[in-house]
Amino acid sequence: MTTLLDKIWAQHRVLERDDGQTLLYVDRHYLQEGSAAAFEMLRQRGLAPRVPARALAVADHYVPTDSRDLAAVADPERREMAQALGRNAAGGGIRMFALDDPRQGIVHVIGPEQGATQPGLLIVCGDSHTSTHGALGALAFGIGATEMAHVLATQTLWQRKPNSMRVAVEGTLGAGVSAKDVILAIIARIGAAGAVGHAIEYAGNAIERLSMEGRLTVCNMSVEAGARAGLVAPDDTTFEYLAGRPFAPQGAGWDEALARWRALGSDAGAKFDREVTLDAREIVPMVTWGTSPEDALAITGHVPDPAGAADAARRDAMARSLAYMGLAPGTPITAIAVDRVFIGSCTNSRIEDLRAAAAVAKGRKVARGVEAWVVPGSGLVKAQAEAEGLDRVFLESGFQWRHAGCSMCIGVNGDLVEPGKRCASTSNRNFAGRQGPGARTHLMSPAMAAAAAVTGRLTDVRHLMAGA
Amino acid sequence: MEPFRRLEAVALPLARANVDTDQIVPARFLKKPRAVGFGQFLFHDLRADAAFALDQAAYRGARIVVAGRNFACGSSREHAVWALQDYGFRAAIAPSFGDIFHSNALKNGFLPVVLPEAAVAAMQEALLAAPGMTIAIDLEQQCVVAAGKSCRFEIAPFPRHCLLEGLDELGYTLSQTAHIEAFEERFG
Ligand code: SF4
Repeated sequence: MTTLLDKIWAQHRVLERDDGQTLLYVDRHYLQEGSAAAFEMLRQRGLAPRVPARALAVADHYVPTDSRDLAAVADPERREMAQALGRNAAGGGIRMFALDDPRQGIVHVIGPEQGATQPGLLIVCGDSHTSTHGALGALAFGIGATEMAHVLATQTLWQRKPNSMRVAVEGTLGAGVSAKDVILAIIARIGAAGAVGHAIEYAGNAIERLSMEGRLTVCNMSVEAGARAGLVAPDDTTFEYLAGRPFAPQGAGWDEALARWRALGSDAGAKFDREVTLDAREIVPMVTWGTSPEDALAITGHVPDPAGAADAARRDAMARSLAYMGLAPGTPITAIAVDRVFIGSCTNSRIEDLRAAAAVAKGRKVARGVEAWVVPGSGLVKAQAEAEGLDRVFLESGFQWRHAGCSMCIGVNGDLVEPGKRCASTSNRNFAGRQGPGARTHLMSPAMAAAAAVTGRLTDVRHLMAGA
Repeated sequence: MEPFRRLEAVALPLARANVDTDQIVPARFLKKPRAVGFGQFLFHDLRADAAFALDQAAYRGARIVVAGRNFACGSSREHAVWALQDYGFRAAIAPSFGDIFHSNALKNGFLPVVLPEAAVAAMQEALLAAPGMTIAIDLEQQCVVAAGKSCRFEIAPFPRHCLLEGLDELGYTLSQTAHIEAFEERFG
């Protein structure tokens, strides 16, 4: 009796080392601008990519979102980051979606969108949110620059097999509760280090009922719980999502793949090193109040008081977070006013996310003094949203409608939240300074971020929903 | 890679949990070329607070960080290791590390030492009581000596060997290319 993780691991094992590490064969290597140092390491050793056809490159972190013109990027260092990727990909014979290609987008959005991410594959990328791709039943994890160079040179990677952890979410999610709320609730429960050394398999009927995009959101934030990888067993939702996508197998190849994929799920009764169960009915719309994703609580709650912390270390950490966030203990969460709203990032920039946000924005106006952005996850998501008229909804409400990229999730392209300003964000990290020096980030779902935009404060989106 | 055998050096106490890689080196500096040296960006935004220990005279020459749980969680940026190294650090001691940082560190000859929470807390207390105190890490013996107390730590044999000898992994893997080719034959 084996788990999904066991099966994928066994199928990619090339060699064992006496210290228990396994040399794993890498099926797909996604590359973004962060690969520059890895290409440099290859050059220094006189090596070339071993299997360039297994790599796919896209610039997402440093690209502008107000235009598609790299030449117009004023900062030469930023421009160089995006251009260097183009040169490295071309020099290595690696396929790249350039900025003027509608398939360009955030690497963790386009892999699944293109059908390049598939069940049973072993996928790496020099980016910690590579865990996203596990939503399709792949083993996918982020790696560092030295590891990237290793994968480019050998198409393999040494890894110690992680422990297995099953996180089951059982029951029916309430109205207005999304995949983002589920993962924030999970992280709040197990902590930011709760799954260190583990790969998480998400299961339970609430996960099974999530759409593919919802599962991508959940797996995306596995790393915020400390897990390098998060997976969901592939099922009909997965197969329907993949069918017909450009990189997915076609014809007879599809039928063969399907038979393989159906056998991947964890066997009934397979043992996990740890198991955690959450009741879906208890999950409500969540927001973060502090500077770690584990600082998440219900929108109906209050800013916690460090005085109630379990120990001195936690008390100090909470006090530091509150000082950074400019919040006083006991404040109702819904009394917190925002300056900026960011709907985007590899967590929540897919079409369903934009639909959920547009449903809240429709017929309402962005509150006075709030600057709200929508940054689609890819050129194709953008085109789809425009075909559905979502861009009109956002623009009429007063949102900015921008081009695809990481944008204000990390701000390295210059899309920053100003010091001391407060941002309702659908991204995945509320670390101090993440959206810019001194920026104050509150993580939440797309519908909740739209609700914050139109009310000017953190708001329980359930009160804005039709029929409420 | 510079071999790592035994290190006795001033240790910097960083008594907080979840110090993420954005705190170690903010994302806005990642566009800089490797050659600029990332030590100047180490804990950049934390150092804006004058009370932050790194710039205090007692910690000049510190080469070991004694951190809280989940040290260097967050992004995969290897710059987090480079910033510590370029500044002069060679090892970190913590109850747990972000997984990606942990493997990045080993691959750069930077030693991450995992010790029980209570042992780390005791070290931090000793360091705060006597700023500038040194700690000794012996990789051959797999032990840390701080304030007269010795703690054994675990590390897998292969990375230990690489650290002790200053070897990198890629050379070893390239010597195993026949196995990779055989795998590609079977599953290609
Ligand atoms: S959107 Fe944010 S989290 Fe995702 S890859 Fe880009 S910078 Fe990283």
